[in-house]
Amino acid sequence: MTYESAALESLGALGDPTRREIFERLAVQPSAVGDLARGLPVSRPAVSQHLKVLKEAGLVREISQGTRRIYSLDPRGIGSMRRWLDAHWASALDAFKEFADQQHEQGSDK
Amino acid sequence: MSIAPVLHSVEVKAPPARAFELFTSHMGKWWPKGKTLAPKPHADVVIEPHPGGRWYERDIDGNEIQWGRVLAWEPPGRVLLGWQVDAQWHYDPNFLTELELSFAALAGGGTRVTLEHRNLERYGAHAEEYAGKLRGGWPTFVEHFARYSNDQN
Repeated sequence: MTYESAALESLGALGDPTRREIFERLAVQPSAVGDLARGLPVSRPAVSQHLKVLKEAGLVREISQGTRRIYSLDPRGIGSMRRWLDAHWASALDAFKEFADQQHEQGSDK
Repeated sequence: MSIAPVLHSVEVKAPPARAFELFTSHMGKWWPKGKTLAPKPHADVVIEPHPGGRWYERDIDGNEIQWGRVLAWEPPGRVLLGWQVDAQWHYDPNFLTELELSFAALAGGGTRVTLEHRNLERYGAHAEEYAGKLRGGWPTFVEHFARYSNDQN
C-alpha cells in the first residue's frame, strides 16, 4: 500500500471521535484493551471494535505479551501521521486565533 | 519519496509584530490543553527567542520536555522551528522536521498567519528505523519504552 492510499484509508478510521481518542492515547502509551476502556465512556467490546477498525486502516498494531495483547501505533502508519498532524496544527492555529483576537480586543478597549 | 507538507493559515486582527509576539512568547497561554508531551498539564510552552533556542513545554511540576529548536528567528515576519517530536510522540534530538510560521500584513491592519509543516517523509525514514528496532523483538520494544518513561521522570 502506498502512503497516499494508506492516508486515505486512515481518513475514514479517524473520523470517529472515540477512535481518534483511542489513537491519541496509544500515541502516548501502548495499552491493552482494558486499560483503554477504563478511561473511555464506551464498553470494552466497543473499544475492541474500534481497535479492529484502526488495525485494518494500518494505524494500530497489536503485540502479544504473555496472555495480554498490547496495542500501539503502527510505525508504518505514516499516512495517518500526516493526517493526525494536519488536525493537530489546525486545532493549534484555531486556538491561537481565538487567543490573539481576544488579546487584541482587550488591548483596543481604552 | 516526498509527502505533501501540512499547510494551514488563519487571519488574526492584530498587526504582524503583535501577532508574532503573541504566537511566540505567549504560547503557553494559547496552546490547546492536553496537546503536550508530558502526562501532566502544561504550565508554559517556551520558545527561546534566538536561532538555536530551545522550544519546550514545562509541566505543572516544573519538568521541562523539549519539542524542538529555533532554526531562524526573523520577527515580525517569520520564524522557522524544528519540530523534533517523532511518531511515538517522543522528543528525539536526532529527528527534525521543519515548521515554518509566517506573519503577513493584511489590508485591514490584521495578519495572515501561515503554518507549514514539512519534511514529513522523515517520519517514514524514522518509522523504518523504528520498525528495525521492533524486529529485534518484544524485549527491545519494552526496553525502548522503559527508557522513554525514565526520561520523563
